[in-house]
Amino acid sequence: MFDLWPTLLSGAGITVAVTLGAAVVALVASFGAGLTMRSHFAPARALASSYIALFRGTSALVQLFWAYFALPFFGIRMEAMTAGILVLGLNTGAYGAEVVRGAIQAVPRQQYDAATVLGFTRRQTMRHVILPQAAPAMIPPFGNLAVELLKNSALVSLITLADLTFQAKDVLRTQYPARSPEIFAMLLISYFVLAQGISFGMRRLEVRLAHGRDHGGVH
Amino acid sequence: MWDWTFAWEILPKLARGFVVTMQATFGGFAIAAVLGLIWALMRRSRVRAVSTVAGGIVEFVRSTPLLVQLFFLYYALPDFGLRMSALTTGVLGLGLHYSAYLAEIYRAGIDGVSKGQWEAAFSLNFSRAQTWMLVILPQAIPPIIPALGNRLIALFKETPLLAAITVMEVLLTAREVGDTHFSYLEPYTAVGVFFLIASIVSNVFVRALEKRYGSVAASA
Repeated sequence: MFDLWPTLLSGAGITVAVTLGAAVVALVASFGAGLTMRSHFAPARALASSYIALFRGTSALVQLFWAYFALPFFGIRMEAMTAGILVLGLNTGAYGAEVVRGAIQAVPRQQYDAATVLGFTRRQTMRHVILPQAAPAMIPPFGNLAVELLKNSALVSLITLADLTFQAKDVLRTQYPARSPEIFAMLLISYFVLAQGISFGMRRLEVRLAHGRDHGGVH
Repeated sequence: MWDWTFAWEILPKLARGFVVTMQATFGGFAIAAVLGLIWALMRRSRVRAVSTVAGGIVEFVRSTPLLVQLFFLYYALPDFGLRMSALTTGVLGLGLHYSAYLAEIYRAGIDGVSKGQWEAAFSLNFSRAQTWMLVILPQAIPPIIPALGNRLIALFKETPLLAAITVMEVLLTAREVGDTHFSYLEPYTAVGVFFLIASIVSNVFVRALEKRYGSVAASA
């Protein structure tokens, strides 16, 4: 079993890079679409909700194949890495937008009134009053989404990226077909450890963000 | 660029893949519904080992990719003497993966039944099995029906992963069509549109379920 680990783990870099890269895209998309959903400008709201409907309504793998195999017919060609990060990021962002919107909606109405009384602009209200109170409530669902994103990153093995899954299925299994149970058990364990790492980090972050607060956000 | 004649021509072929997609969706969900309930009941067992094992299975299944679980079932199970068709393997994989999510939903539903119901069943001298079947589950299930519906939609959207283990569902059918005609634009776009329409329609359906049964927090 020990002889297989180096080959398998050589794919870890790609798995982590895709997950992190897509997480950044997802974070930007979540806040972008989530805040736009509260805009007073109707076309902007329509755009944000179409984005959410489009990415939540179709399958992540179909989106990935479409971006990688169908978009070139429109003359848009992407590296597998770019396609993976972009599609998985936008896919997760569509779910994250609902998290952002929900957390903002949960901030009591009076907080807006207080900010208005103090003469805050809409932007200041959002940045200094609403978001700091909404943020802690976003962490647990964001943590779940991060684990889902890690799991979805395995899909990039199907568009030729040499991540953990690719190393197991396309490299190791071809070399040692008789050792399939061992290879895939190792692969499952690798993802499990990575997922536990994400959950642990998110719990730490939640504790830090909740520090010094007596109310608001977390339950 | 886009060719409408070609797009219409391939629809009947894609429809055949769609049938397999639906088989996988409902087959997988049926397994998930049963397994999920088993995990949820095991988790409430008074025997510590039983509840720990169920909790461990749920956590492990939820923390690992469906794609990898499918590969494990497809490539490793035959080594243990278990030979199944690709579709059966896929349905089993979907069922196992989603059972972990459904277990959490069942748990929320069971936790939502008030303590007085247990006490009432106890004072009526119901056995444990009777309490579950006649008192607890009939009250625990209806409120979680919308959440179960949401999971069914999520499972449906993950069926294309079965293409990776050679199940001829709609995505792999599209790929074959693309391979023979040297154009992937129309087949993959058609599949995307198909999922979009199906999701929108089923969302309306779940919204109706929510109206009928009320929404429950455990839909995430």
